[in-house]
Amino acid sequence: MGDGLFSSGLSAGEAQALWLSLKTGLVGTAFSLPIGIAIAWVLARSNFRGKIFLDGLVHLPLVLPPVVTGYVLLLLFGHNGAIGHWLEAHTGFSFAFNWKGAALASAIMGFPLMVRAIRLSFEAVDPRLEAAARTLGASATNSFLSVTLPLITPGIIAGSLLGFARAIGEFGATITFVANIPGETQTLPIALYSALQSPDGEINAMRFVLLSLALAAVALIASEVLARGAQTRIRGRI
Amino acid sequence: MSGLSINVQRRIGNFALDVRLLAPRGVTGIIGPSGAGKSMLLQLIAGLQRPDHAHITFDDQVLNDSAKRISLPPERRRIGYVFQDALLFPHLSVAQNLDYGAKRRDASLTVSRDEVIALLGLDALLARRPHHLSGGEAQRVSIGRALLSGPRLLLMDEPLSGLDPRRRAGIMPFIEVLNRRLDLPILYVSHNIDEITRLADRVVVLHQGSVAASGDVAAVLNRPEIQRLILGDSDDTDPAAIIEARVEAHDEAAYVTTLVLGADRISLPLVSDAVGSIVRLRVHARDVAIATERPQGISIQNILEATITEIAPTQKGQVDLTLSLTGAHMLKARITKRAHDALVLAPDRKVWVLIKSVALVSTS
Repeated sequence: MGDGLFSSGLSAGEAQALWLSLKTGLVGTAFSLPIGIAIAWVLARSNFRGKIFLDGLVHLPLVLPPVVTGYVLLLLFGHNGAIGHWLEAHTGFSFAFNWKGAALASAIMGFPLMVRAIRLSFEAVDPRLEAAARTLGASATNSFLSVTLPLITPGIIAGSLLGFARAIGEFGATITFVANIPGETQTLPIALYSALQSPDGEINAMRFVLLSLALAAVALIASEVLARGAQTRIRGRI
Repeated sequence: MSGLSINVQRRIGNFALDVRLLAPRGVTGIIGPSGAGKSMLLQLIAGLQRPDHAHITFDDQVLNDSAKRISLPPERRRIGYVFQDALLFPHLSVAQNLDYGAKRRDASLTVSRDEVIALLGLDALLARRPHHLSGGEAQRVSIGRALLSGPRLLLMDEPLSGLDPRRRAGIMPFIEVLNRRLDLPILYVSHNIDEITRLADRVVVLHQGSVAASGDVAAVLNRPEIQRLILGDSDDTDPAAIIEARVEAHDEAAYVTTLVLGADRISLPLVSDAVGSIVRLRVHARDVAIATERPQGISIQNILEATITEIAPTQKGQVDLTLSLTGAHMLKARITKRAHDALVLAPDRKVWVLIKSVALVSTS
């Protein structure tokens, strides 16, 4: 642990928590992005009976207490969970009490925000642009990839960063699902919580707070720069 | 069969489209009030909507055949589509928009890229993004984009209706040049009689999902019941007559072209059409005045002898006259009820018809 509040250099524990937060956030966001785009597309462009149900399901983690989400994940993906048990028996892959579980929990918590942002950008693209592309010789897939996808890049960036920001702040679902294991599942917020539990942890806790602030600031600036770049690519320089 | 042959049915809710028509080379104008099914018809031809039942062929190639469950996807039809609002790809430059089709289809082009750019005056626009274009520029790019995808048929869905009259007038010559330069059938949808009169070689009138009339532009559009169908019954609508006349001479110094119409001569501001060619004119009833004696000392140059064939009172104190000229030509005039009474007009009476020459606009 660091000697004082502003001592330079991160202690091993701090570096570990920071690295875990970044890793679970990035991996969770990366894996949920394709699914998020697909679901946003379905919600924006199609009409079917179960749409309201799907919409509700996607938004559930936003309105449920995170502890409930974490407990449901534990029931489904834990060692004895319905899916977790099967996965472990057949592939040896497990989400239980490791960083992959933390990534899953943070991805699920960030998912509604990601889908919302991407869905909005789908809705802002005139579907007839794809029709125009088809008459010019593009297949359905090619018209999506060459017209719609580039046009929704700002939405994808915004959605990913929102999801990522939500993911690195994840606490409740993560600690419920994969517990608090230093070096494995102890991300920044959980490390901060642990520091607060120990008698003289206040300086340590404060350092985690500063670390979290720095991370959030970097994420916000990155999102602004990326979104501007994408906007310029789409609309051209003024 | 050469050209496009269509037999298509589709029902959505209370609306049923049932159209059979043939479109050979040249411009087939499709006109009708909004809600007649004009855009739906074009989308069915392009493969952008699914018909309930259809048999559509182009030059012996089957595009749709419900009986054999054939429905070619839009990208394999080689049908260019110009939308009302251009629909350029906003993330691509004008040049990239133009090349979008060519990159995806190695179709032999009937016109080169350079020629399309020159024809449509796109040279200065190539590096720009669509949202830096005016409405008229965007529509020209959209026409160029469709042409460079190697179409065998061009569908134009009210390409000028989003533009103000000045821009509309500016873009019409481009479409006329295209028609003369390219040997492909064009289906041109509009609800504007002037556009159809000027651009179309033949016309199809669509009403409530089916063909109400089709054939020669002047013959079809001069029928009063067809005009009512297109314009509605309102008295505010302005009747007009379409006449076809031959170019007799150009006087470039005076900036006047003289046309032969039956035994009469009429003059109008200089047009570019060659001597001997036929031009189509749409004369609005409000631009035609009546005199019972040949007027002297008057600035109006076009004074023709005519016989009143029909007098139809409209509301608001106005009267619509149908006038027969020499050579079976027909004109409409709208005058006030008071003038009608003062002149004691009656059917079969001989009168003089005055047309302000500036009211004439060349159409082909």
